[in-house]
Amino acid sequence: MTPAIEIVDVTKRYGELHALAGVSLSVEAGEFFGLLGPNGAGKTTLISILAGLNRASSGVARIMGHDVVGAYREARRALGMVPQELVFDPFFTVRETLTFQSGYFGLRDNRAWIDEVLENLDLTAKVDTNMRALSGGMKRRVLVAQALVHKPPVIVLDEPTAGVDVELRQALWRFIRRLNRDGHTIVLTTHYLEEAEALCGRIAMLKQGRVVALDRTENLLQLHAGCQLVLRLGAALPEPLQQKVVERRDDGSVRLLLPDHAAVEGILAALREARVAVLEMEILQPDLEDVFVQIMNRS
Amino acid sequence: MTGFYTLFQKEWLRFWKVSVQTVLAPVLTALLYLLVFGHALSGRVEVFPGVEYTAFLIPGLAMMSVLQNSFANGSSSLMQSKMTGNIVFVLLPPLSHREFFAAYLLAAVGRGVVVGSGVLLVTLWFVDLPLTHPLWVLLFGVASSAAMGALGIVAGIQSDKIDQLAAFTNFIILPLTFLSGVFYSIQSLSPFWQAVSHFNPVFYMIDGFRYGFFGVADTSPWLSLAIVGGSFAALSWLTLTLLRSGYKLRN
Repeated sequence: MTPAIEIVDVTKRYGELHALAGVSLSVEAGEFFGLLGPNGAGKTTLISILAGLNRASSGVARIMGHDVVGAYREARRALGMVPQELVFDPFFTVRETLTFQSGYFGLRDNRAWIDEVLENLDLTAKVDTNMRALSGGMKRRVLVAQALVHKPPVIVLDEPTAGVDVELRQALWRFIRRLNRDGHTIVLTTHYLEEAEALCGRIAMLKQGRVVALDRTENLLQLHAGCQLVLRLGAALPEPLQQKVVERRDDGSVRLLLPDHAAVEGILAALREARVAVLEMEILQPDLEDVFVQIMNRS
Repeated sequence: MTGFYTLFQKEWLRFWKVSVQTVLAPVLTALLYLLVFGHALSGRVEVFPGVEYTAFLIPGLAMMSVLQNSFANGSSSLMQSKMTGNIVFVLLPPLSHREFFAAYLLAAVGRGVVVGSGVLLVTLWFVDLPLTHPLWVLLFGVASSAAMGALGIVAGIQSDKIDQLAAFTNFIILPLTFLSGVFYSIQSLSPFWQAVSHFNPVFYMIDGFRYGFFGVADTSPWLSLAIVGGSFAALSWLTLTLLRSGYKLRN
């Protein structure tokens, strides 16, 4: 089956700076895929190359099998992109904005679908409002609607929830999840790692223009961080265990990073031997943030 | 074709929605020029035999408005879209660089023709203007507007900031139009400045346009047509080359 997105050895240079230093990855149709990385890692550059907003220095990018340069018309028809910046055209209303966007994609009469998208994004009441008069959250919804006017099989969202309130964020994710269930491929970049953990089936992590991790979310969580043990003790932690401490909390408790759950018994045995009483104990599962920090520090 | 037509429609509506600023204001400016210069020079200057100075001035003013507004349309639209970031809405769809060019160009010609017609309509109340060769008027009006429209697109692509575009307008477009024979016939200039004027393509735009009204001109209308057509072809080639490469738009 043709991958929804195929990126083969894509580089992007700005003079001496390598914004992308040979990125290869593939996203299967129907996936919910996360693209994570610190600022300047190359996420937006990569997405811009997919969307035709930027051109790769070398390498190939395809959407639904269509080369983004050689077959740009087919590639762009297959892609809906929600840009990171809250951009809008101040001359027009919501309806005009969406009607124009449909027309750019060659759709002359798209009213029924536009109405459906507007309803799903709770924008129906604002349809004749000028874009200038909308709140930031509403503008963000219109950006999502604009990306969907041509019913693209692949939807790319570049930090769609940056600066968005909780209610809209949840509504947005419900809608995007539904699109994914309906068969749309979703690619998401976000700084909210708990969002990526909850939504994405697979995640690629970028650092300095390279893919430093690429796996299923559950594999990343299992492979790259063991478990964490939070202890409040009756006395000081014995010296040999000090090196496992990753955090000392204000309430006197300590957080230890362990390779796996089996290591907990070894810690408890060491405490018994040193006659240190355990007042409270909690075992934490690693979250994506821990994995992210660990991978970024390691690579 | 739907993509091209939609982009043209959007560009047309963009200036039409603010027509007080984009149509009425330049018509009023031209009218003020006519009142001031017409009053100051009427009866004292006869540029062509039997043609009053006020009548001589009107085609020049109309063409100056056409050129400035055709230039302003594409340049300001692209500039604003780049600055606000909403240029992505026209870069993401599957529009070819030719469709992109044609839509922006047609809207620029549309605004130029609307403003030029407005200037002629308003000033006709003041002077009885002959229309010897209406087809030449139309031809020069549209061709010159298209050349300036293409230059406007180039300026819009090239400029990253408002002051860069303002410099383009103030240091290139305004001198070219003001020193092209809008207010005078180049026959009244010294031989040196006459020769210099012949290197200004805008001179041919105005001279050819004026020929359509009076049947006389400073130079052959065929030469003017060749130069205006050549300017349009060269600027179109430049614009299409920039758009195809994605220069300053797709990077």
